[in-house]
Amino acid sequence: MSPEPGTEPGTDQQTPRRRRRARAPRPRPFGLRTRLVLAFLLVAAVGCGTTAALTYRAARNAILEQTQDTAVSALRDQVDPLNISLPVNPTDLHEVVLNIAGRGKPRPWRVYAEYGTVRVSSTDRPTSSVITPELRARAQARSATPHGSFQRVVKNGTPYLTVAIPAVFRTHHAEGTAQPTGLVFYAVMELDEEEANIEAMVTAARDGALPALAVALIPALIASRGVLRPVRELRHAAHSMGRGRLDTRIHAKGSDELADLARTFNESAAELERSVAELRNAEARARRFASDVSHELRTPLAGMLAVTEVLDEDAGSLDSDTARAVRLISAETGKLAVLVEDLMEISRFDARAAELHTDEVDAADCVRKTLQHRYWTDPAQVVPYLEEGIRARLDPRRFDVVVANLVGNALRHGAAPVTVRLYAEGDELVTEVADRGPGIHPDVLPHVFDRFYKADRARTRSAGSGLGLAITLENVRLHGGTVRAANHPAGGAVFTVRMPL
Amino acid sequence: MPRVLLIEDDPSVREGVELGLRRRGHDVRTAPTGEAGLAALGEFRPDLLLLDLMLPGMNGVQVCRRVRESSQLPIIMLTARGDDFDVVVGLEAGADDYIVKPARTEVIEARIRAVLRRIEEPGAGRSAVEFHGELAIDRAGLTVAKAGERVALAPSELKLLLHLTAAPEQVFSRQQLLEHVWEHSYHGDARLVDACVRRLRNKIEDTPGDPRYIQTLRGFGYRFGPL
Repeated sequence: MSPEPGTEPGTDQQTPRRRRRARAPRPRPFGLRTRLVLAFLLVAAVGCGTTAALTYRAARNAILEQTQDTAVSALRDQVDPLNISLPVNPTDLHEVVLNIAGRGKPRPWRVYAEYGTVRVSSTDRPTSSVITPELRARAQARSATPHGSFQRVVKNGTPYLTVAIPAVFRTHHAEGTAQPTGLVFYAVMELDEEEANIEAMVTAARDGALPALAVALIPALIASRGVLRPVRELRHAAHSMGRGRLDTRIHAKGSDELADLARTFNESAAELERSVAELRNAEARARRFASDVSHELRTPLAGMLAVTEVLDEDAGSLDSDTARAVRLISAETGKLAVLVEDLMEISRFDARAAELHTDEVDAADCVRKTLQHRYWTDPAQVVPYLEEGIRARLDPRRFDVVVANLVGNALRHGAAPVTVRLYAEGDELVTEVADRGPGIHPDVLPHVFDRFYKADRARTRSAGSGLGLAITLENVRLHGGTVRAANHPAGGAVFTVRMPL
Repeated sequence: MPRVLLIEDDPSVREGVELGLRRRGHDVRTAPTGEAGLAALGEFRPDLLLLDLMLPGMNGVQVCRRVRESSQLPIIMLTARGDDFDVVVGLEAGADDYIVKPARTEVIEARIRAVLRRIEEPGAGRSAVEFHGELAIDRAGLTVAKAGERVALAPSELKLLLHLTAAPEQVFSRQQLLEHVWEHSYHGDARLVDACVRRLRNKIEDTPGDPRYIQTLRGFGYRFGPL
């Protein structure tokens, strides 16, 4: 005895359409914590919602089906035993209808009977506006089942159950096929009580879900804390390592993925610290060695250099071979002394022992003195273009070394005349040394400031120590400036020093 | 010709420098240790002391201090360590100049001459004795007295004071002072000036921390007064 599934026109408006959509393209920098908590809440909401929805549907169906079944079978029980004589007598039929109306189950109903044009009802109106033509058609169809059919209808916000049972002739054949008499009974029953029950269930489900969501917030916060604390530690540790504190370690406990991550970080940090320490040691050893070597070379050189003039002076009175040998020794001693001095200077830079003793000086005056004291006063050799009156804070001794090295370099490797330009540009002091030589080969250009870099491979030893430009670079850096080498389009190399004023 | 006492422990340097200076006409006496050098001072009466910083036993700084206690003998430090620390320590001990080894004889000689050169008088025609506050400066006799009491000054200190007092209230940059007082014909070391000013203040100022006579102008240099 299963009734046909009812059609429910215009029902089920409980879930209002969600208008709220993800307000798109503006990206929001949600933190990890927010995202974790939101994800937790979303999972909890989906869980609660699904459970509530399924429960609601099952309970609703059970309630409605029971009501429907009861109503259908109750009406059929009332209609079946009737002996209807055709054509119907409206008065008798009214009697019958009133009789049936008094036995509504499970709820009071209104009963209507229709036969042809005859309309009889238990109420003061002959027909009900709730009964749909669809139900009528189904009840009066030839193939209509004698079991009857039903339909749920919502009218003016009130839910109704409408049931239709056709009256049949009883034939006493074995098959028991029934012939419709054309008379149909309708029963209309309000479902508001069921609806109230269902409503109460929805409220119950909602009231259950909200606390569940609120409760879900607690594990969400705990979990996000648990995840975020190690992440935060990791961030701090990485930051502090970035600032050079290589002995930074993270407190790693437990056996989860985050603890593994912390351990991996610690191992990497230890490895890094070890390599860096090794590198630093090696570097320090190398520096100390260079410093020691230069230092040890100084003492014998001091004795040798003090007597080179004696050798030079007396060379004239010696025989030619001995004189050449003596002059060679004298010249080489001088070069060696320069090399050792430059090595000492470089090792001081490497050991960061070089200090800047700044003074406010007249820049043009400084350059002029540098040129004068090295006897670079011939305009055919060096042409100065110096902007007067620039006061700059710099270390005169180091600035002297910078200018002297660049000019010396230009005279040695380029060709005269060498121009020295000095001017202020913005808040920078610019010193430009240009020569008229062949320029610097593009392959060599990136290496000109390298130590002992020889532009001409065939010439194994140039006149300088090979450290001059490296020392220049270090001196400029110490001033917080830059030095650049380039080739002038018109030929010749241009070295440009920029120092903050 | 100047008499130079060289205290140097390394024999080759000792001989080399002695040979070079002697060739240029200096009367040179050498000593291998600080103690021997101090002993030779009284007997040899040198015009100038060339002093190695690193010596066995008594080191150069100690020798320098000992000499300064009683004499205004010009002292030039001869050092293989050009590092800032050593230079400053040597200068603080009272040396007038320093030479970083290795150096050619002509450089050593130029420095010796600069230190020994008689103080030229920039303010010629002034009275021989000038008074600045409690300071009495005798330009002819090259003596300085404070409140009637004579102040022993090293040559570089005296030169610096005479130069500054010749033009009171005029500001001199360290570069200018280096050129006038030390006669360095290159960009010398400004620490020479600073160290010398510090020593001078210790001798003539009432409170060296709050100088009255030799005042600093940050970023410019030094000046004498105004009192």
